[in-house]
Formats: sequence, structure tokens, C-alpha cells
Amino acid sequence: MGQYIARRLLALIPVLLGVSLVVFMLIRMIPGDPVIIMLGERARPEDIERVREEMGFNRPIYVQYIEWMGRIVRGDLGTSIINRTAVMDELKYRLSATVEMIVVGMIIGMIIGISIGIISALRRNTWIDLVTTAGALIGVSMPIYWLALILIYALAVNRQIFPPSARLDANLEVVRRSGFMLIDTLLMGDIRLFGNALWHLILPSFVLSTVVMPILARLTRASMLEVMRQDYVRTAEAKGLVRRVVIVRHALKNALLPIVTVVGLQLGGLLGGALLTETIFSWPGMGLWTYRAILSRDYPIVQGAVLVSATIYVVVNLLVDISYAYLDPRIRYSD
Amino acid sequence: MSATASLQPSDQSGGQSGALGNLSTQPPRSLSRDAWRRLFASWNGRVGLIIILIALATALLAPVVNPYDPTIDSDLANARLEPSVSHPFGTDRLGRDVFRRVVHGTRISLTIGFVVVIFTSVTGTVLGLIAGYFGKSFDTIIMRLMDIVLAFPSILLAIAIVAVRGPGIFNTILAVALVGMPGYARVVRSMVLSLRERDYVDAARMIGSSDTRIMFLHILPNSLSPIIVQMTLGVGGAILFAAALGFLGLGVQPPAPEWGAMISDGIPFLRQSPHLVFFPGMAIMLTVLGFNLLGDGLRDALDPQLRD
Repeated sequence: MGQYIARRLLALIPVLLGVSLVVFMLIRMIPGDPVIIMLGERARPEDIERVREEMGFNRPIYVQYIEWMGRIVRGDLGTSIINRTAVMDELKYRLSATVEMIVVGMIIGMIIGISIGIISALRRNTWIDLVTTAGALIGVSMPIYWLALILIYALAVNRQIFPPSARLDANLEVVRRSGFMLIDTLLMGDIRLFGNALWHLILPSFVLSTVVMPILARLTRASMLEVMRQDYVRTAEAKGLVRRVVIVRHALKNALLPIVTVVGLQLGGLLGGALLTETIFSWPGMGLWTYRAILSRDYPIVQGAVLVSATIYVVVNLLVDISYAYLDPRIRYSD
Repeated sequence: MSATASLQPSDQSGGQSGALGNLSTQPPRSLSRDAWRRLFASWNGRVGLIIILIALATALLAPVVNPYDPTIDSDLANARLEPSVSHPFGTDRLGRDVFRRVVHGTRISLTIGFVVVIFTSVTGTVLGLIAGYFGKSFDTIIMRLMDIVLAFPSILLAIAIVAVRGPGIFNTILAVALVGMPGYARVVRSMVLSLRERDYVDAARMIGSSDTRIMFLHILPNSLSPIIVQMTLGVGGAILFAAALGFLGLGVQPPAPEWGAMISDGIPFLRQSPHLVFFPGMAIMLTVLGFNLLGDGLRDALDPQLRD
């Protein structure tokens, strides 16, 4: 196991270096002078010179890369061109908003997706199975931002059941500690605030959950069908166990193994989905931040956000692989 | 399709003596013929094909049946009309007929979908073939590069590329194609790794076939099934992806009737005119659904063992 982890960690290094190189080159692939593009045609020459010096564009490219990497390793992602704040400071706040939405979305997606999968596996080839299978296909075919808009129209505009945007009502305030609204409101001991935060979270998280829901439903169905064919399930049934016990204790427990690992691999899709969801719900997370930075050509923010997202994604994938290898020893010795 | 015949399921060849007798009386049953039969027998394959054929017909016939420029502002007096007989999908904020724009938008989305898939499948397949066939440092370098592309959440990478290179249809295709490439490379590589050790590949090598010949004539035809499935799903994925870029204002630019851009154009009027958001989204969903259904059907048809 230790050897496997070491091997995987070693393989991580070239990937992360490659990622950093891509992110570094991104800004330099802009046709024309990136500084002028960032500051606009009418920028004063001294400003252009200052930013150029600041970003190190005057030095050889490999020196720029090494210096940039040196700063990254020390946790310095540069400063925003537009509001002159450190990218790292805002990133922490933004990241927590996105993570909160992703975690709640993932929980919703798992509960609904896995339940649907189990039901359609148990009712295989009935109309329920057909409807859920078709529903899953429609789910993966649907633009997530479109679903968000339809839900906003139906549940926030037409009938004002849910708020259409933001993390809290405008007149409410929260003392920021963890950055997670649900935790911070609980820390304040204010159940009304907690409810308000949760209320704001449900619609965006549900929309995001539809990224993983169909995938989990299909996988659970396939996995359950596979497990139900196994001898130990037949044995359990043969010795007269109640069907519910057979399904939950014997079948589901084993069927969930591949599902739980796939959940981690969906993180990339969720990070992308979060970007689209956040732009629609004005959710002050990483996605909206990155998107606005792209529109306003605030490239240090774009670089920082892309780099951090990619790193999180790679590391989570590694953790998923390791946990899978831990749970299923066959993985360790192949490949 | 002689090359795929080697994949013919053994249960159809029957006994040795019977097989010869069958040949003379029955039409030959190739894998592709069997696959077609299974595809038409499955509901998802059938429905998917019908949806795609309708979309294709719409795209091809749009300029013939509906010869008009969907980008021209028609008249502001008729802006944001509700759906009616004369405007089945209503009109947008500039008074343009939404139905016409959706119909013409089919051309944009399908073009992007097909161009992206052709580009990604060719480059991804070649990379996968080289990595799997030659192995060693070829494999390491190519697959590490693919890992780097895969390390980014794909939409973020696509957005970053478009942000740097500027919006538009060409850069949209480029960005969507780039993030899709590793998928093919991985699928093809794993196929090559298992096929490389087969006897018929050894045989070809022994009679002096070149590496290129073995790769493209012996290995590639036998890896086609997963590539075809991946391509079909890929068209839908590319359409969805390009629409997201259009929606964010980074893809195909207005006034072109791109579905994603049309949705974002309708957002300010969501309360009064939800049809502006609804119909282009339905068009995206149905088209993508068609390719997903067909891809599913193809997967079942080409690899019956995978079916539960």
C-alpha cells in the first residue's frame, strides 16, 4: 500500500508541474501585449510599465516561470489588477462559498441518485425503471444553467418560494469564521440565520446536484444488478433473510463501493457546474469570481483560480484512487 | 468490414461442418450487420436516431425552407411577443422570430458538434495508438500530457482558452476539441494494449508488416466499437459544451442564433417572457439527448456483453 501511494505521489509531480506551466503560459498566449490588453488601450505608459515590471514581463521567460513558481509555493498568487487585493485572500472566502455549494449539492445528488438507482435496479424492466433511465439520460443532456433558469422562473419569480440569488437575505449579516454559511450561522447560535442560509443554498445546490445525480443513478443501478447476481446474495436469500435485510446489508453495502469512489471523480464536473450555477445565482464563489475576472481581463485572478481548481481536482482524484486501492487490493498490483 | 469479422461472436459460427453449410444458404452475418439489427431493436437507439435525423434535416433544410437571415433585427414593434400561430416560439427582444432562430441555430450547434468530434477523435485516436503501440517513453510522454489536460476541470480550461484567444466559433471548436482529446486517447490506448498481444498482430508482424500498417489496418479496425460510441456521445457533449461557452458570452457571438447565447439574451426578461429562455434550452436538450440515446444504443449494440 505504501509503495502504491508513493508511486502515485511521484506521478503527481509531473502533472502538477505541467498544470502550473499551462497556467503560466496562459497569460503569455494572449495575442498582442497582455499588459495593454489588461489595462486597456488608453492606459498611461507609466502604468503599463509598472504592471509589466510587477508581473516580471521584462525578464527572460524561464526566469519569470521560476520566480512565479517560487511565489506560488509560498502561497502568493499575485494581486488583482483591478482592485489591487491579494488573490489568495479573496480566494479563501470564494472557495468556501463554492465548497459549501458543492458539498450540499453532492449530498443531494447522492441521496436522490443512489435511491433512484436502487429502485430501478429492484424494479428492473418495469415502467419505473424505464422512466428513471430516461430521466437520467435527460438529466445528462440538459444544460445546467437552463435548468437553473427554469427553476428560478418557477420557484423564485413566479412563486416566491426560494430566493433567486445570494447566500443570505440582504438585510442579514453573519460573522465570518469558517466561511461556510451553514457553520458560521450555527456558531452564532442563530437558528433563523441558519435557516435563511440553508434556504438560499437549496436551489443552487439542487441544480448542481443534477450534474452527478444521473451518473450516480445509472451506476448504482448497474452496480446493484451486478451484486444481486452474486452467490452471497443468493445465499442470504436462500437462508431465509428478510428481503430488506438482504438488499441493505448484503447487496447495497457491496454495491456502494464503486459508487463512493466515483463520487470523488465527479468533482471536476461539479467545479465546472459550479461556475455556471454561480453566474446564475450570483453566488459569490470561485466560479463567479473567475468568470468576472475573465470578462474584466484580471488575469492574476484567472491564473490563481484555475491553478487552485486544478490542484484541488488532481489531489482529490489521487485520494479517491488511494481509497479505492485500499478498499480493493487488486488495483494496487495492476497497471 | 472484413477486419471486424474477426470479432464475430463465436456462438454464431456453429459447428465446424455446419458453418460451411450456413454460408451458402444464409446471407453472411457480420458484426456490423448484427450491430445495426440490435441498434434498431433497442428503443434508445431508435429514438436517438430519429431525433438526430430530424436535427440534421432541420439544419440542412433551414436555408431552403426558411430563406432568411436570422441575425437581422426584424422589427421592434413586435418585440417579445408571446408564442402564437404566426410565431410558434414567440419573438425576442428585437422582434426576431425565436422559432426561426432556433431552427437556424441547429446549423451552428451541429457544425460545432461534428467538427469537434472529427478533430478530437482523429487526434486522440492517433495519440492513443502511438502511446499504446510503441509504449515506453512515447506512452509516458503522451499520457502525461493527457493527464495534464485532464487535471483541469474541463469547462474551466475551455473558458480559459477562449478567454485568452478571444471568443468566436473557431476558438470555441478549438477549446472544446482540446479538452475532449484525452478521452479518446485513453480509450484507444487501453484497446491497443490488449490487442497488441493478439496472435493476428504477431502474425502480421512476422510476415513483415510495418508498424503503421499494423496500427491502422490490424489494431485500429478492431478498436472501432468504443471509438464510435465515444464519438456519438462526444457530439452531444461538444454541443452542450459549446452552448455553455455561448451562454457565458465566450462562444459564438451574437447576432448569430447560437442556442446558449440566445438563452443568456433572454435572462433579463425571464419574468415576463420565459419563452426566450425555454425554447433554445429545449433545442439543446433534445439534440444532446438524441446523441446520448444513440450512443447508449450503440454501446449496447456493439458490445452485447456490457448489457445487464
